Amino acid sequence: MSDSVPSAAKPLVLVIDDEPQIRRLLTLTLEANGYRVVTAERGQEGLVLAAQQTPALILLDLGLPDLPGTEILRRLREWTAVPVIILSVLDDETGKIAALDAGADDYVTKPFNSGELLARIRVALRHAEKKSEPPVFHTGHLVVDLASRRVTSGGQEVSLTATEYNLLRLFVRHAGKVLTHRQILREVWGPNAETQTHYLRVYLARLREKLERDPSQPELFVTEAGVGYRLVPVPEPV
Amino acid sequence: MSDDYRPDPDALLAAISRAEASPTRGRLKVFLGMSAGVGKTYAMLEAAQKAKRDGRDVVIGYVESHGRKETDALTEGLPAIPRRIIEHGGVTLSEMDLDAVLARRPELALVDEFAHSNAPGSRHPKRWQDVAEILAAGIDVFTTLNVQHIESRTDTVRQITGSTIYETVPDRVLDGAEIELVDLPPEELMKRLATGKVYQGERAEAALFNFFREGNLTALREIALRYAAGRVGRDVQDYLQAMQIEGPWKTGDRLLVAVSASPLSAQLIRWTRRMADSLHTEWLAVHVESARNAVGPAPAQLTKNLALARELGAEVVTTADEEFSRGLLRVARQHNVTQIVVGKPGGTWFAQWRGMRRLQRLLRHSGSVDILVVRADELPATSGEPEAGGRPVASQPVAFERDVDRSKAEQYGTAIGIIAAVSFANALLAPLLGYRTVALTYLFSVVGLAMFLGRGPILLAAALSALLWNFFFLPPRYTLYINNVEDGLMFGLYFVVAAVLGQLVAKVRGQELANRRREERATALYLLTRNLADTASTDEVVRTVVKQIGEVFHARSALLPTEGQDRLEGKPHPASTLVISEKEHGVAAWAHNHGQAAGRFTDNLPLAEALHLPLRAGGRPLGVLSVQLDTQSSPSLDQRDLLEAFARQTALMLDRERLRDSEQSSRLIAESERLGKTLLNSISHELRTPLAAITSATSGLRQAGPLTPVQVVLAGEIAEASDRLNRLVRNLLDVARLEAGHLQAHLDWCDPADLCQVALKNVQSQLAGRPLTVNAPAGLPLVKADFVLLEQALGNLLANVAVHTPPGTPVELTARLGGKELLIEVADHGPGLAAEDLPRVFEKFYRAGSAKAGGTGLGLSIVKGFVEANGGRVEAANRPGGGAIFTIRLPVGDAPSLPAELA
Repeated sequence: MSDSVPSAAKPLVLVIDDEPQIRRLLTLTLEANGYRVVTAERGQEGLVLAAQQTPALILLDLGLPDLPGTEILRRLREWTAVPVIILSVLDDETGKIAALDAGADDYVTKPFNSGELLARIRVALRHAEKKSEPPVFHTGHLVVDLASRRVTSGGQEVSLTATEYNLLRLFVRHAGKVLTHRQILREVWGPNAETQTHYLRVYLARLREKLERDPSQPELFVTEAGVGYRLVPVPEPV
Repeated sequence: MSDDYRPDPDALLAAISRAEASPTRGRLKVFLGMSAGVGKTYAMLEAAQKAKRDGRDVVIGYVESHGRKETDALTEGLPAIPRRIIEHGGVTLSEMDLDAVLARRPELALVDEFAHSNAPGSRHPKRWQDVAEILAAGIDVFTTLNVQHIESRTDTVRQITGSTIYETVPDRVLDGAEIELVDLPPEELMKRLATGKVYQGERAEAALFNFFREGNLTALREIALRYAAGRVGRDVQDYLQAMQIEGPWKTGDRLLVAVSASPLSAQLIRWTRRMADSLHTEWLAVHVESARNAVGPAPAQLTKNLALARELGAEVVTTADEEFSRGLLRVARQHNVTQIVVGKPGGTWFAQWRGMRRLQRLLRHSGSVDILVVRADELPATSGEPEAGGRPVASQPVAFERDVDRSKAEQYGTAIGIIAAVSFANALLAPLLGYRTVALTYLFSVVGLAMFLGRGPILLAAALSALLWNFFFLPPRYTLYINNVEDGLMFGLYFVVAAVLGQLVAKVRGQELANRRREERATALYLLTRNLADTASTDEVVRTVVKQIGEVFHARSALLPTEGQDRLEGKPHPASTLVISEKEHGVAAWAHNHGQAAGRFTDNLPLAEALHLPLRAGGRPLGVLSVQLDTQSSPSLDQRDLLEAFARQTALMLDRERLRDSEQSSRLIAESERLGKTLLNSISHELRTPLAAITSATSGLRQAGPLTPVQVVLAGEIAEASDRLNRLVRNLLDVARLEAGHLQAHLDWCDPADLCQVALKNVQSQLAGRPLTVNAPAGLPLVKADFVLLEQALGNLLANVAVHTPPGTPVELTARLGGKELLIEVADHGPGLAAEDLPRVFEKFYRAGSAKAGGTGLGLSIVKGFVEANGGRVEAANRPGGGAIFTIRLPVGDAPSLPAELA
């Protein structure tokens, strides 16, 4: 199917990883799914390529030998808003959070499933392309009308408090992307509340209670352990 | 304006420290009476019986009933600590057994006769010191005391009764005490005496002082009442100030009393203490050391006076100045003194004249400071006071200089001898030189003598030589008559020149001596500090200190370091020159534990051989410096000061070494931790990268396109194997992290329901095919925990169930509140745990006997480590209905507050 797309229209993905095997695999997977790929072994090299080739998306490994991931992100963010997805190892929640707060758009934990990676890439690209928010957002049984501030779940109108609605709107705007605790707290409760994680725990439980079909097995508002939350775009039920 | 009513912080602190002192230090209650026989012991026992009825643990440390039946009856039901029997000089004495009381640790101890002097060989010379130690151990004490034994009241009592009291209690030990006055009108007491209700022992004690006269008793009663009333007033004032109630505020007064070697100073000191008491202020006792009084040994009386002042709670300052008034006023300004107390000049007309001059100078320069001139009586009794309390500081001190030891008589003898010798020589020379020239030889000898002798002998030498010259050489010879005016003038001038010159030389020498003494002290300290500054290890510090003490004091010394937190090491440091016997070690341990000097020349265990000085820095005990001085008599103030300065310096250096050592070891630990972390990270990376490649490749393969059924199965096998390997690697790394102590729980608020749900999702594939019951309702209280660690612990518990129970059996996951804990339970319907496995399932690499092949025995040990890192516990048990149940217990704190809902 990829063959039918003209090569110039294919999005370019820059892979920055020091492991040759991972670079080869990623190249293979991405090219098989309709992307063009350039690779870099070092952070410095990656920064140069990002400037020269203006990729549509960057896959960045956090454990590069020459530059820390957050430093690369900082330098990238000085001049470009290109979506960046972090490749990180398990148990490195601190590193993930630091990278997300430094401007990364999402992360994938190694060892990753290629399906999961491709899904994340699609979400990130969609967010980058999007010029303005669609006034009405659908996911699963949930419909959020941002223009009229109406929320319906399975056709039933749901009444939300102001804070609940602010929280939901934030998730909707970044649907599919992970949001760190700090990002959510800052956006909804203000910069002074960045460490008040319990606000988030309590309000998220309330949102799930009101909006999930089964609050004990949430499908929409998914916990990213130790990092944050993600609103998953689910295809509408038939 | 509100400033005017601000409570004095000192007063607040005093009130707080009094209130806070109770849990740590025991409280002292004193039953105060005007004399023996008023029923203090009886009142104390009554109070003790009441305390016992209130359920307190009361014991009798020492009670003297004097054989009175009513009193004996009151001791019933109160356990008594057996007394210690001491044989002393053929007499058997019984004393309170201090160690037994401390070992018994009652809540309240009864100790009669607070002012009692202990038998020789006891730990402390005085019973009040025993009581102080009991109080320090956190035990409350009831005690009895007659008012004449209070140090600051002894003068008044002596004036009334004419007897001097030797058994005294310093006022400061009564400072925090509750005073209960046991009062009896004097007529009543006389009546009791007449009817024989005051018994033999008390009668003997009181009779000594002729107390049982009605006039005496009335006066003593007034003193007691006033003391008690003053104490109550004082407590009230503390309270008033703390509560910010307007009242007569502390004026900020500070008293200063000038102390000299005169026995009269003691009276001034007591007077000032009473004054300071009633003004509720601090006070200083100041001695001005001048060249005049620096010559010769520091008089015993001065040492005694200063010790008295210290005992009565004064801050003692010694300063050096040629000019008495200047020195006094300098100290007064430095310490913001508002009133200076000096004695009224008295004695001979010369002493009076000198005193008046001093006083005038003091008045002229005193500026804003008030001068109080107080009369002190001539008092032969105190100057000849025997060593009542065996107080060693009061005995004859030795000074640094050997030559100043020369006695007065010796000095006068030398003066007479030399003048006689010179006269003889002059008799030979006179025919050759003429009678006027020999006057110069006399003058020369007087000046020469001034180099070695004090002022009195010089004056004698000058007078004697003048007379001899007149008698033997001035014509007409062998008479005191002088022929012509010229010779008369010569004679007069000679005497004046000899006297003045001699005095001047003596004064200069005196100053030089005083300087030298100060300099010696300074040099000794300087040398110690300099030598210590070069030391690079504890061993060197000890070697230097021991060597320096040997050089300066000609004494052997030892250093016992503190072992661990607060135990004194059994053996002295190897560099020590003094052997510490077991007995001496006991004394040193006492000094160490109480932070007070002990042993010889002190009030604590004075029968020891050596002086033991505790070494402390920043309130932390570092060891004990033990010094055995050669002298029989106690060291002078100077020496004692210097020795204490040595001890302080040593403590500082030991503390520096301790800090250096701990810094070094913490740097080493940090370094090894950093290495360990790096290693772990690189292993983690090396193991995971190929796994990531396998997983990614397999998933790519499955996605890539139509596979044959065999290929699908094979790809599935690869995926499952790499999953399993991945879990193993994760477990191994977790164990390594736990082992290395690198695990850091980032505690934050977690929702238990969320936790259960995430954990379940992660082990979904492993639990496939089992009926799952989840009971984790929303609305459980949030817990402070590390979400990732806890989720993994829970995941491991669930995975453990998947491995150890037959496929298809149900699993239950419950989260609930149990008291102040959140309980997360994983229950299965498997075979359960064998009894012998139960206590060991959480051990590393432990695998139940019935376990299937596979598994490493790491999973549950990780659960335990992670849960404990979150401040929780994990337990395993069998369920009554079959199957095992694992419970994670987490403490639930107070719920955090939520912001108000946005409008």
